[in-house]
Amino acid sequence: TTITALRYKDGVILAADSRTTMGAYIANRVTDKLTQLTDNIWCCRSGSAADTQTVADLLKYYLSMYRIQFGHDPSVHTAATLASEMCYQNKNMLSAGLIVAGYDEKTGGDVYSIPLGGSLHKQPLAIGGSGSAFIYGFCDANFRENMTQEEAVEFLKNAVALAMERDGSSGGTIRMVILNKDGMERKFFAIDTANPIPVFTH
Amino acid sequence: MSFLELTEVWGKPQKDIFFPSGSEVEESTDAPIQRTVQPIVTGSSVLALKFADGVMIAADNLASYGSLARFYDVERLTKVGDNTIVGAGGDISDYQQIQRLLEKLEIKEGNYGDGYALQPSYIHEYLSKVLYARRNKLDPYWNQLIVAGVDGENKEPYVAFADLRGTTYSAPAIATGFAMHLALPMLRKATDDDRWKTLSKESARATIDECMRVLFYRDARSLNKFSVATITPEGIEFQTDQSVSSKWAFAEKQYGYGTQTV
Repeated sequence: TTITALRYKDGVILAADSRTTMGAYIANRVTDKLTQLTDNIWCCRSGSAADTQTVADLLKYYLSMYRIQFGHDPSVHTAATLASEMCYQNKNMLSAGLIVAGYDEKTGGDVYSIPLGGSLHKQPLAIGGSGSAFIYGFCDANFRENMTQEEAVEFLKNAVALAMERDGSSGGTIRMVILNKDGMERKFFAIDTANPIPVFTH
Repeated sequence: MSFLELTEVWGKPQKDIFFPSGSEVEESTDAPIQRTVQPIVTGSSVLALKFADGVMIAADNLASYGSLARFYDVERLTKVGDNTIVGAGGDISDYQQIQRLLEKLEIKEGNYGDGYALQPSYIHEYLSKVLYARRNKLDPYWNQLIVAGVDGENKEPYVAFADLRGTTYSAPAIATGFAMHLALPMLRKATDDDRWKTLSKESARATIDECMRVLFYRDARSLNKFSVATITPEGIEFQTDQSVSSKWAFAEKQYGYGTQTV
């Protein structure tokens, strides 16, 4: 898996590859690892598919209950704290690495990384999954805060594509979700489409 | 004697009985001898099938280091003599050592100048014995090999398998690694019940391409860049930098993992 999310000028963008493996076998080549938690909060899932789907489903439920009880949407911070609490208190049972990202007008969007132990890290750029190990250098060299949407999409596309080429556990297509004041927009990149995945090797 | 005194020694070596104090065994502090116990830089599948005019064999160009796709340009098919190709999966360093052995064999046989040429069946026999000898030394060459070619005076299509355990077999279609699970059924559909005897070169290639496509879709240690060698009585056609088309566009409209619709 390769998952990423960043804060840009107008909001946040999440991106992920689409490969799910059982050992070296590709169980699903068109996985959607970007999961909606509320209207404006999404998460990237990495680790055990069963664990992260269960955690995401529970998060979705608790966040919808929060909205009913308090009469307003939960903040990104609230969603991320809840996610981290679930991952921390059940760390012995879970194999779940999450990135929670969302947009709200007060903060202009936030990105939280929740790695394996369940710690919580607010970051301008978060990368995760096995593929992320291959792109720390690229991200350190090329990430800037307050990028335009076009710059940010290009950066994340290149980052995930680089990870997909070198990591056997990442691959397939690139999915993105853009969150800003206008709502959400999805992007999709694949080799046989009008939006191809960049190629770096040869 | 208490129960604890009795049970404390259970499962522990009784070295004071078998190796009395001061014996050579007790004194020895040498670490156990370490051998190759796992492959490091690895190649994935090899597949081969017979067809009407000869045989076709294919392998991709990826060498993995665990899950890292480390080398994109490794040729896993080797020409030996005039009518044999050896394809290898498994450890690449052991494969290179096998290449050196085959090179030595080829030179040695050529030097006789007796007009006899190395046949695929000879090479398979040789390799199987090298592999078996190494496994008996508990230091195996960590490979799965396919030997393909046209054999004997009649240039009969020949495909045979040999692996790190010294296992051997021959069949009209053979595959190693993931292809053994994913591609072999397709190869057999094209070759079983003597169908290979009427299989055209074009159909054989189409079958290889379909197998490589499935492997590219489903094997996380595969690469859409591969070599195909076609061996017929006329000679060897070695095609490199081959690739297959693939379909992904349908996935754009596939959201979430159940209930999500955006």
